[in-house]
Amino acid sequence: MKKIAILGAMTVAGLSAGVASAATLDDVKARGKLNCGVTTGLVGFAAPNANGEWEGFDVGVCRAVAAAVLGDPAAVEFVPTTGKTRFTALASGEIDLLARNTTWTFSRDVDLGFEFVGVNYYDGQGFMVPKELGVSSAKELDGATVCIQTGTTTELNLADFFRANNISYEPVPIETNAEAQPLYLEGACDVYTTDASGLAATRAAFENPGDHVVLPEIISKEPLGPLVRHGDNQWGDIARWTLNALIAAEELGVTSANVAELAAAAGSNPEINRLLGTEGTLGAMLGLDADWAVKAIAAGGNYGELFEKNIGENTPIGLARGLNAQWTEGGLLYSPPFR
Amino acid sequence: MSTISDPPSGSFQLSMLINDTRYRSYTFQFIALILLILAFAYLGYNLLANLQAAGLNISYKFLGEPAGYDINQTLIPYTSQSTHWQASLVGVLNTLLVAFLGCIMATIIGVVVGVLRLSNNWLVRQLMSIYVEIFRNVPVLIWILIIMAVFIAVLPQPRDFRGDDAEASMVLGMFAFTGRGFYLPAPVFGAGSGVVVAVFLASIAGIFAFRNYAKKALYERGQLIPTFWPSLAIFFIPSIIAYFILGRPISLEYPELKGFNFQGGIFMRNSLIALWFALSIYTAAFIAENVRAGILAVSKGQTEAAASLGLRPGRIMNLVVLPQALRVIIPPLISQYLNLTKNSSLAIAVGYMDLTGTLGGITLNQTGRAIEAIFLLMLFYLAISLGISAIMNVYNNAVKLKER
Repeated sequence: MKKIAILGAMTVAGLSAGVASAATLDDVKARGKLNCGVTTGLVGFAAPNANGEWEGFDVGVCRAVAAAVLGDPAAVEFVPTTGKTRFTALASGEIDLLARNTTWTFSRDVDLGFEFVGVNYYDGQGFMVPKELGVSSAKELDGATVCIQTGTTTELNLADFFRANNISYEPVPIETNAEAQPLYLEGACDVYTTDASGLAATRAAFENPGDHVVLPEIISKEPLGPLVRHGDNQWGDIARWTLNALIAAEELGVTSANVAELAAAAGSNPEINRLLGTEGTLGAMLGLDADWAVKAIAAGGNYGELFEKNIGENTPIGLARGLNAQWTEGGLLYSPPFR
Repeated sequence: MSTISDPPSGSFQLSMLINDTRYRSYTFQFIALILLILAFAYLGYNLLANLQAAGLNISYKFLGEPAGYDINQTLIPYTSQSTHWQASLVGVLNTLLVAFLGCIMATIIGVVVGVLRLSNNWLVRQLMSIYVEIFRNVPVLIWILIIMAVFIAVLPQPRDFRGDDAEASMVLGMFAFTGRGFYLPAPVFGAGSGVVVAVFLASIAGIFAFRNYAKKALYERGQLIPTFWPSLAIFFIPSIIAYFILGRPISLEYPELKGFNFQGGIFMRNSLIALWFALSIYTAAFIAENVRAGILAVSKGQTEAAASLGLRPGRIMNLVVLPQALRVIIPPLISQYLNLTKNSSLAIAVGYMDLTGTLGGITLNQTGRAIEAIFLLMLFYLAISLGISAIMNVYNNAVKLKER
């Protein structure tokens, strides 16, 4: 009798798993909430604050999409995902959007069946060593013990770099950034490697940041961006153009402070008018309201505002814009035109 | 269908499957089996279909692709260009290594502590119960982290060995105990070393033969031949003589500080040592209790009877109590070995690349094939655990109470 009950439960579980349907937009609207996958906690990118509210750079993307679709930046259910669970959570429909500093790679895009909707942070892998070792280039690291945060593209880049330069190393896999810090400081590893943004954040937290140098080599490209499932192009478009709207808004000078004023009536700049829905029907093409971008920008500000508030130079993370400046200022951010 | 011993009834008829009590139960069990298989087949098919609908195609092709990452401790040849399958095997071997070392050390500590918990000395008894209560009541993950942290903080790092007025120096010029692990001298086998190894193996066989002979002499003629010193002599003398006659073919390679690290010799990583030690002392606390229970299960009359025959306490323990206690100790000991093996999956906490770290960690992350990797991981652990049980059950059958 027990066995039958278990079998029955398994059948029900099996059947209900198949309900995840294709029209994500309808699902989100019916649910009234956007399920957004974020990290389990990386200050600056996604972490709950003292009041238990999620905030951060990736969180800003989630809130912008929620605002564009549902009109409410708070209508987000944040689902913390680890490096191991993130792709399964997205593929199975547990989350609608994954914004979790995930590197855009060929195999993730093609083989795993995901659609990267853009890049919200251009990163690259670097090395940090104590100054006293007297190392000035990563190519001098033959035989070194290297601490790596495991479960990222980092260890693949590292293996490639050392193989290409024909030098040996001893990898020490570490699960989290927090565990890596004492190991590096105690000297259990000579080198710490992770994304350059992470190195900057880690070094800033040291007692004597000046005793450590970040080597000049950046050995990989790490374009981090939000992603959605294959097979629902409309939803992919919504996520892609919400991100683009934030980037274009900075380029066009639309901020959370002046967006309401600019959206009140059509102004002199046609592109701003089209972006904010006072001209043309871009919102309707996406299946959203005409003022979708206004809500997205009002949620947390444009790209530049999100950057400065969460990871910019005036925050503890203290990252410079660098590659993440607008193309007009020598960076790589370049939103396709809104037309 | 009929044999000579069958009753002289008619041949087998189909209706007998239902009407004949000899066959009826088989018929129904067979039908039930078919239904069960169909039910599982349906559930499996349903699962696959739904996974497919959810965009999760089950495929194990990734196992044949290059892994692309490096592993620090590899017992079999492995480079970053080896396949994910090879990486999984490296992980399996690392798991087996730490499980094997851990089981041995846990048994030794556990037996010693278990026996000492029954000591007549009040202080020793109390110290041992404090040990047991502390180590078995704190999660093993915490022990692993504590030992690793202490290890790294207390021992000097390779940089402390550098320079003229170095803070740390090598022990005897051969051993370097650093926070990254222990560097030990490694034997280098030159020409003729095979003979020395053969002599050594032969002398071990000789020890067993000698002990058998001594036992026989005791049982048949009542003659007590001392075994300890002769065994020790057989163990060392022939090998040493062969070693010098052949012109010292085996030499030692000492670790040396070169560049960032010590090079040469054998390197035992801090992660292996911390994990091994933590698992051992944690599991030993449980084994100690098993041992104590086993000894207490032997009735006191046995000890008294042995004592009245004139046996000394050491012999009472070895010849009378322990052989009877073992049959109580072994079955729960198997569980402890299995626990230790499965607990070794916490290895990633200290960066030890076991099966969970390679297949269930980096491979899973890099390929994104979570369901496949976890399923394979379960199969590996199941196989390892069943293997350990099988071996231990053979031993259990050898020591259990034989009723004649």
